Amino acid sequence: MSENKVKKVAVNTTINGEEMDILVDPYISLLETLREVVGITGTKEGCNDGNCGACTINLDGRIVDSCLVLGVEAEGKNIETVEGMATPDGLHPLQQAFLEEAALQCGICTPGFLVSAKALLDNEPDPSEERIRHWLAGNLCRCTGYDKIVKAVTKASKESK
Amino acid sequence: MHPFNYYAPESIEEASKILEKYGEKAKCLAGGTDVLVQTRGEKFDLDAIVDVKKIPELTELKWTDSHLVFGAATPCYVLYEDPKVCEKFPGIIDSAFLIGGIQIQSRASLGGNLCNASPSADGICSLIVHEAICVIAGSSGLREIPVEEMCQGPGRNALENGEFLVSIKIPLKDNKFSASYERFIPRNEMDIAVAAVASSVEMQDGKVSSCRIALAAVGPTPIYAQAASELIIGKEPTEDNIKIVSEKAKEIASPIADMRGTIEHRKDLIEVLTRRTISKALERVGV
Repeated sequence: MSENKVKKVAVNTTINGEEMDILVDPYISLLETLREVVGITGTKEGCNDGNCGACTINLDGRIVDSCLVLGVEAEGKNIETVEGMATPDGLHPLQQAFLEEAALQCGICTPGFLVSAKALLDNEPDPSEERIRHWLAGNLCRCTGYDKIVKAVTKASKESK
Repeated sequence: MHPFNYYAPESIEEASKILEKYGEKAKCLAGGTDVLVQTRGEKFDLDAIVDVKKIPELTELKWTDSHLVFGAATPCYVLYEDPKVCEKFPGIIDSAFLIGGIQIQSRASLGGNLCNASPSADGICSLIVHEAICVIAGSSGLREIPVEEMCQGPGRNALENGEFLVSIKIPLKDNKFSASYERFIPRNEMDIAVAAVASSVEMQDGKVSSCRIALAAVGPTPIYAQAASELIIGKEPTEDNIKIVSEKAKEIASPIADMRGTIEHRKDLIEVLTRRTISKALERVGV
């Protein structure tokens, strides 16, 4: 049997505004790369097969499930995770609204919801409830029943106007 | 995951060479929304993943005199954010806009959907009713096949060793053509079809001059229900004529019973969805 030799790959990428060079095994996901190579653990692993959206990150302006992207695909890309949302001045309006509306319980889905909702509000500052629910359909939450999440996103959209 | 190497070739020739070298130990990576899940689930034992997104033809969308041509790795959002594609081919958009959620649509492609050859694929029926053509690359160059010949069984496609799907060509029609795709799922979003139908119609002088119907999740592959489609060609699109076609589509459906639905339920759904999608396609051409 021939042995398949696999070498780590050097990847240059920008994560939350910081350009970095990392070495990754070519077969690990971007989710694993973020958590285990880069060491930022805000992005959560839920189902690890593209159903739950807990691992949602922003890749070149588009939200994706980072469990369904390879780490090596980050080469030359611009990545934003939940860690990039708050500033030294305070929480992002969405994070603040999630707290005020109690839009979380266990919290595993929250980073994914925040990153997804931010991508929506960045492009559509005043979405309808229907639009919010449709946009967030790829993010599952087993605690809240969604209403509080939708309220929080609506609140953040009104406040950032 | 079983350790594999990653290649990101920038030309069709380069990709063909890598795929040929690795044979069954390699898979193409477009959006990865199926292939990475299956690789992780150890459906495949891969030595190489070939990321085809850096090959220009694989993500290009262009209009020729006769076709809309889009790369096999073109993500769904590129299709539904393109006003001209939305205007000309709303039936394609029906599919592109309901595969997975927004995250999946950022990556998943109709080409990948086709190569994955799932019986319940949301993209394939729409391609069939648009008479789409697959452009396939291999070591001896390019070849074309009708999209309905691509799926051979659950998860099996017509690609030979070393071949890969380059692009999908949709023939341009005049304004009297349209199509529609609808699936039944118990939820509102993010689910696998219990049954689904795409229909297309072309109208001339008040009569249906061509029609195609395709069924999903009611057989080992998406089915081109030609025998049903033909029943309305040359006829007026009356309720009675649509009913005859829908009943035939129901007859052609050969579903299995599983956790998603019974045989009877699925067959009944095919009749209803055929009626609805033909009516929707007619509405879109202004009948």
